[in-house]
Amino acid sequence: MSVVILFWSLLIAQLLLCAAMTLAVFRLIRGPRAQDRILAIDVVYVIAMLLLVTLGIRTGSSLYFEAALVIGLLGFVATLALAKFLMRGEVIE
Amino acid sequence: MTRLLPYPLMALALLIMWLLLNGTSAGQLLLGAVIAILATWAMRSLGPSKPRIRRWRVIPVLFARVFVDVIGSNIDAARIILARGGRTQPDLVHVPLTLRDRTGLAVLACILTSMPGTAWVEYNAASGELLMHVLDVEAEQNWRDLVKERYERPLMEIFGETSE
Amino acid sequence: MMNAAGLPLWAALLTSFFLLLGATVTLIGCIGLIRFKTFYERIHAPTMGTSWGMGAIVLASIIFFTVLGSRPVLHEVLIGIFVTVTTPVPLMLLSRAALYRDRTDDSRKLPGSGDKG
Repeated sequence: MSVVILFWSLLIAQLLLCAAMTLAVFRLIRGPRAQDRILAIDVVYVIAMLLLVTLGIRTGSSLYFEAALVIGLLGFVATLALAKFLMRGEVIE
Repeated sequence: MTRLLPYPLMALALLIMWLLLNGTSAGQLLLGAVIAILATWAMRSLGPSKPRIRRWRVIPVLFARVFVDVIGSNIDAARIILARGGRTQPDLVHVPLTLRDRTGLAVLACILTSMPGTAWVEYNAASGELLMHVLDVEAEQNWRDLVKERYERPLMEIFGETSE
Repeated sequence: MMNAAGLPLWAALLTSFFLLLGATVTLIGCIGLIRFKTFYERIHAPTMGTSWGMGAIVLASIIFFTVLGSRPVLHEVLIGIFVTVTTPVPLMLLSRAALYRDRTDDSRKLPGSGDKG
């Protein structure tokens, strides 16, 4: 019983997250200005991280946890560098 | 003591993080402690400002308050997004802050940005004025009072600026 | 999925509830990302995903692995702490950059600049 509940809720949650990611990608492509696109990239990173956590629950292994942590880190650094670039026009000063 | 452990709080946080990542055992505890102490030694050359926490008791109060407010703010933001009838009025709000402690300001920035209803935009260090963006300005003064009463005052108590 | 068979029903229900809650909140945030008209409004949208969206999914993961392994598995808390501490920083920098860009090419109306000097 609990397997069935978990299976379906995981499937729905992952579909919802995928829909969210599609919307973010849509904003990334369409975004009128550069800051909109960077914001969308940040959102895509966060959703990818959440998807990895749900994948970890699905497979029952905590291996995905490290990957989620790494994606979170990369998203942080990428958004930071891009925002800095927008501010100054240079990443390394 | 200060030579061995220049930043005890940071060392403790690093040790806890190490134990969470690698699992708790005597060996990991020892290794984590050594790494935490070495890392804080390395940090000493960077010389980050040391936060002086005056009142520990206020921290859980503030934490609980933020926790509850984030839930409320999420519900509000969800309602605005799903049922927008053009009634909401997003705008920038100026808030004059009296808090000057840099760690306190950083914590305030984290709190305000993690609420979906508010976002920290700019802080002017010279005049101490914060520019924040709110999703729905019903009354500007209410937002000012909210920030000052709910978050700034406990932060000032924690970081001990009441004497100023 | 095979090892989830040993999971009691209440834990499965709790995990499912938090999973769906987190995913829904994140999706609503992304709908906001599409529906809002200006950048300053859009900056509010991802914080829904990073506050309760992330919190609920991480909580679901903690409940699942703790009950399944019958020992406290808390390393997901690290993701929670990490995301809460790190998201505000790029968002602040981004909104400052947007404000700076809007001020320099003053082509579009700045929100809130009308009544303030």
